[in-house]
Parts: sequence; C-alpha cells; structure tokens
Amino acid sequence: MENKRTCLYDKHVALGALISPFGGFDMPIQYSNIVEEHNAVRKACGIFDVSHMGEVLVTGPESEKFVNYIFTNDITDAPNGKIYYGMMLHPTGGVVDDLLVYKMADKRYFLVINAGNIDKDVAWIMEHAQNFDVTVEHQSDKYGEVAVQGPKTEAIIEKVLGIPCADMTFYTCKELEYNGETIIISRTGYTGEDGFELYGSHAFTNEVWDKLLASGEVLPCGLGCRDTLRFEVGLPLYGDELTDEITPLEAGLGIFVKLEKENFIGKEAIAKQKADGLKRKIVGIELKDKAIPRHGYDVEVEGKVIGQVTTGYNSISTGKSVCMALIDADYSKLGTEVEVRIRKRVFPGVVTKKRFYDKNYKK
Amino acid sequence: MSKIVEGLYYAESHEYVKVEGEYGYVGITDYAQHELGNVVYVDMPDVDDEVEAGADFGAVESVKAASDLISPVSGTVVEVNDALNDQPELINADPYANWVIKVQLSDASEVQNLMSAEAYKAFLGE
Repeated sequence: MENKRTCLYDKHVALGALISPFGGFDMPIQYSNIVEEHNAVRKACGIFDVSHMGEVLVTGPESEKFVNYIFTNDITDAPNGKIYYGMMLHPTGGVVDDLLVYKMADKRYFLVINAGNIDKDVAWIMEHAQNFDVTVEHQSDKYGEVAVQGPKTEAIIEKVLGIPCADMTFYTCKELEYNGETIIISRTGYTGEDGFELYGSHAFTNEVWDKLLASGEVLPCGLGCRDTLRFEVGLPLYGDELTDEITPLEAGLGIFVKLEKENFIGKEAIAKQKADGLKRKIVGIELKDKAIPRHGYDVEVEGKVIGQVTTGYNSISTGKSVCMALIDADYSKLGTEVEVRIRKRVFPGVVTKKRFYDKNYKK
Repeated sequence: MSKIVEGLYYAESHEYVKVEGEYGYVGITDYAQHELGNVVYVDMPDVDDEVEAGADFGAVESVKAASDLISPVSGTVVEVNDALNDQPELINADPYANWVIKVQLSDASEVQNLMSAEAYKAFLGE
C-alpha cells in the first residue's frame, strides 16, 4: 500500500529532507544534520511536521463517561482547556495506543493518536462508542499539525505568528481565530523541552511552517531527532516501549492509570498485575562502551537472556550509549550489572533510571 | 556528488580498498558516509582477526542506524584505525584518509572482483 503524505510533504522535498516511511506516511527523518536539529530544540527552537498524528473528536451527552471508559487517565470534571496523557487498553492490559485527550469544552473532547495506529484506534473507539450517547468524528484528514519546540519557542510564536501563548500553562490548550478559521494551540510536545503544538487546516499549517522558517529563528527538524529527544527524557514511543502486549505498569507509566476510577477497559487486568507484582519492567541501561544498543538487541546476565532493548542511542545531549529495555523484573534494581549483545559481542552496562536527560518544561 | 578516488577498488556495499603492496586499507566511501550521516561509533575487529571477502567484519553506526562493514578482500587484520575510537566523526570528515582496517591480503587477485573508480561512479549513477 502506498504511504500517505502530509500537507507539508512538498516543502520537505524542496528542503532536501531524507524521507522515510513512518506510521504509514512518507515523513522527513532529517533535513541536514540530526545532531544540529536535536541541539536546536534543546537550546533554541525547532519545528516538526507532525501532521501524521491522528485526531478524533468525541462529543455528546455521554462524552465524558465514554472517554473515561476507554482512557486510563481520569477526566472527570476536567476544566476546559486541560490536556491529559494516558492510554487506551485492551481488556488484557496491553496498550491499544497512548494518546492525549484535550478537554476543549463541555462535552467536547479532542483525542490525538499515533499515526501508525489510526485505523486500529478509530475502529476501537467506534466499536465501544455504540453503547454510549456520543458522536465520534474522525478528523485526521482535516487537520495539519506542527510541533514547535525549544526554550525560545514562546517568544517566537508570539512575535512571528502573533499568537498569544505566554500565559498558557503546561498541558493546556485553547482555540482561537486565525485568518478566519478556528485553530488549536497547546503547550505540549514530545521532546522534553518547552513548546507548543498547533492544529489547523492544511492552509494554516503551511502558513505557520513558512512564516516560522522565514523568520530564520526556527530550524526544520525531522522525526529522527524527535526520537532522540523523546528518548533522552524517557518518553515512550508506541511500538517500542508500549505495544499491544506491554502494559502501562511494565512501561513505568502507572501514574497515568487511575485505578480508583469507576470503570475502564483494562482496569481489572492492571489491578491484578499490580496486586501480583510485575514480572518484567522497562528500565534504563547505560553502557560502559560507546557501542550502541538498538531496538530488539538482547539483554543478558551471565549468558542468560533477560530481555530486549526497546530504544537505544548514543545520547546526543550526554554522549553516553544508553537504552531503555524491557527486562525480567528480578534484574531491574538500579545498579544491577547487565550486558547487551551487540552483533557478535556483549557489552557491559548497568541498570539506571530511564530518564537520561532532565526535562525542561515550563510549569 | 560523492567524492570518488582514482586507483581504489570499490564494492557494491560501499566499502573501498586501497592496495599498497601486500596490504589493503579498507574503509567506507564518501557516498556511504553521507548516506549514514553523523557517525558516532565504529565497531572494529581486533588485530590478527581474519577477514573474508563478502563477510562482515564490524559496523559503522550513525545516530539512527547500524550499518555492517563488509570486507571487500580476504586476509588478516594487521592494524585497526584506533583514532576512530575517540573520533568516529573522522569518517564523515574524510572517509578515504580515515580507513578502518589494514589487511594483509591473502589473495591479491580478489580486487579484480571489485569496481574501479569509474565503474563505481557509474554504479552510483550520480
């Protein structure tokens, strides 16, 4: 099947981006240099085309009850403009997808889902919506989305786009009129830095892209550095740290699963797993050598395979070879000595926290 | 447009060998380093290891990917480029000056299976 393209695709090609498939889309992986792009976001400002992300609007009298039923976080009595991170779970506790829920207004929720899961998620949401008095609209084709990330972002958005955003707190959103259309801006991102995400029509997305690049203060950044950035601050990627088979508890994301909530899909399985204790767990591992542990490589102790790497890099911000890995919980204590098999050899490492670089959010 | 050096022999997997007497210096081509992007680690064999034409002997790793190094020739590793341990980015700066291994060739005629500079240029189709 042919990959989809975002509304900014032609601009990526014109910029000479390296294009690769991701989540069913042909996406820019890097424009010139992944290290420069990564550092631009850590130190200044970078822009990402994230129009591949999916959007679903849930409205109707039972919308709060419905979203609470399919979502692990608790949105009960959420104030307008608040955003929640969480997951949709299978009854087994495995993850259908991780997503953001934007409380736009009373009985109106905007769900942002992963590109590679759009078909699966929409089918899942539609199926479960049948028992609720809600309306579900799949809006992925309507919206383009850019993520503008880095410590200088707030000032640049206000100056270059004329969109007031300094008063917005982390994980909040608002709708506003821009050139005759209603757009959404949120103080969110996937890099560990302060930043904003903007949703609007394809025309709006192109205009924002053009204006920010023309300012000369914003570097176009590909999905390559989006992955190195999110990895360094320990954020999970669906497909690596979260899958249909990995539960949020195993991924260390239990705080986003509100077991005190009345009912939601997967609750029983998670409650049981919590009571029984975890058999495996995602940890951080730091290698002593510069060899790079990559997705799928075995983690071993005394020749016995105890798990696999989920994501690994030579961290651009710290220079260390580090990874997240799903391993036997018996070996998950900080400081445990483990080895990672990289090609023909094993390299010694030690279990660490899975945050390799501190987040720099504006609270 | 990738840099291609006259007088070297090139493999389809984008390694080169520069022959000097009974030795061959093996590295990756300018095209390969460009495709990989920022090189952050080079996994090299040990001195005295045997390498075989067509078999992997290590890897070059960029931020995003690991790419196997395939030896274009057979023989014994007599030297590895230790400078790459601390400065793997030398490969990006000049891949022809910064070879990866020096091999004592066991069969000098093997280079006849490789491409000339001209043939490699045509192969890249640039």
